[in-house]
Amino acid sequence: MIKTDILIIGAGPTGLFAVFEAGLLQLKCHLIDALPQAGGQCSEIYPKKPIYDIPGFPEVLAGDLVDNLMEQIKPFQPGFTLGERAETIEKLDDGSFIVTTNKGTKHHAPVVAIAGGLGSFEPRKPLLENLEKYEDNGVAYIIKEPEVYRDKKVLIAGGGDSALDWSIFLADVAKEVTLVHRRNEFRGALDSVEKVQQLKNEGKINLITPAEVVALKGENRLEKVTVKDTSTSEETDVEVDDFIPLFGLSPKLGPISNWGLEIEKNAIKVDNTYDYQTNIPGIYAIGDVNTYPGKLKLILCGFHEATLMCQSAYQKIHPDKKYVMKYTTVGGVTGFDGSKKEAPKAVVKAID
Amino acid sequence: MSDIKIKITDREGVSHEVDAPTDMNMNLMEVVRSYELAPEGTIGICGGMAMCASCQCYVQSDHQLPEKSDDEEAMLSEAFNVKDNSRLGCQIHITEDLDGLEVELAPEEA
Repeated sequence: MIKTDILIIGAGPTGLFAVFEAGLLQLKCHLIDALPQAGGQCSEIYPKKPIYDIPGFPEVLAGDLVDNLMEQIKPFQPGFTLGERAETIEKLDDGSFIVTTNKGTKHHAPVVAIAGGLGSFEPRKPLLENLEKYEDNGVAYIIKEPEVYRDKKVLIAGGGDSALDWSIFLADVAKEVTLVHRRNEFRGALDSVEKVQQLKNEGKINLITPAEVVALKGENRLEKVTVKDTSTSEETDVEVDDFIPLFGLSPKLGPISNWGLEIEKNAIKVDNTYDYQTNIPGIYAIGDVNTYPGKLKLILCGFHEATLMCQSAYQKIHPDKKYVMKYTTVGGVTGFDGSKKEAPKAVVKAID
Repeated sequence: MSDIKIKITDREGVSHEVDAPTDMNMNLMEVVRSYELAPEGTIGICGGMAMCASCQCYVQSDHQLPEKSDDEEAMLSEAFNVKDNSRLGCQIHITEDLDGLEVELAPEEA
């Protein structure tokens, strides 16, 4: 059981900044995110896109913003449960919560802050009959352990970076790699496109374009994939051990919508007059995942909401303590790792 | 600058005729959202970067639309339920030429 003060669901910019604000109040945080890396949409959807409305940054790449936030919160030693989705929540008699992920990891905290953005990112699944029958039985949407594919016949579908990068990587691992895409053009880093071209020329990647996977076959396990050439409509069966459709991810509010929280317009209603608490005391919702009159889904608004949430969480965790907000310029930043950052002291020295 | 009329058929098959401003730097996806013709969180998920297909629509009138950018073309090649007249709403800028445009929202991806 992982224990912490504030359990944050969602490791996007809002969730990450909450760690900093909580840390200033000497509260520890742990974050859960369905994605394998921190940063939320900033890392997953648009790491290379510039953002122009972060106060103090005339221009910052989304990926760099995440890197900066990670650096900023490092002294507060946040814990991470990545690649797992928060599935269920249980309220204990003392008012604290146990949140369990889809992998069964349990987290215990007096305060839960949902910073889930648009929800957890789930792989986009192609519309194929029998698809579910072969899931974990020859069909996977995420490559967790590439060694699984050693000496196997793998067919990857998709035209983006992940399809290209994994085709390149698996060309050295798998017995056979086939890449199927609906167009001749790929949308990915130039290096990756050129590398795939080279591997194709060397006969290490079997490229089928423009084409799409139209059927899956196999008795108990996936055995064959039917690939249709979209220019001639000709269908061919390709013998495979594994089929990996990589069509990107799309966010779903998911299990959180069954936690008894008031939901409006696919977002969680909160009290914006005070602390962004939901209808369940002890559960807050901050950033893009919440809604209130006048809500704007902006990163800078998420930062503000995270800050007020932490103040309220502090009162909830320490009802008997008085606290006065301290400026970091005055109080410095004292990390849980023993590090201390503070403004340099003025020197008092006589001039002869 | 004036408003133009656009006919939008929502995902339930209900048709709406709406006024869209040409002077607000808006795109079709934003028009759909401003009239709440599709639930929040089911359209414009990436914010208009042509990086998801949640604003896919089928263009039913024969208006001359701007060419698809590489990004839009690539996204549509990975989207589901794509037809020959599919476009991403976020890539269609509202201009006076589009007066009378008729579109139907593509189904939400499961």
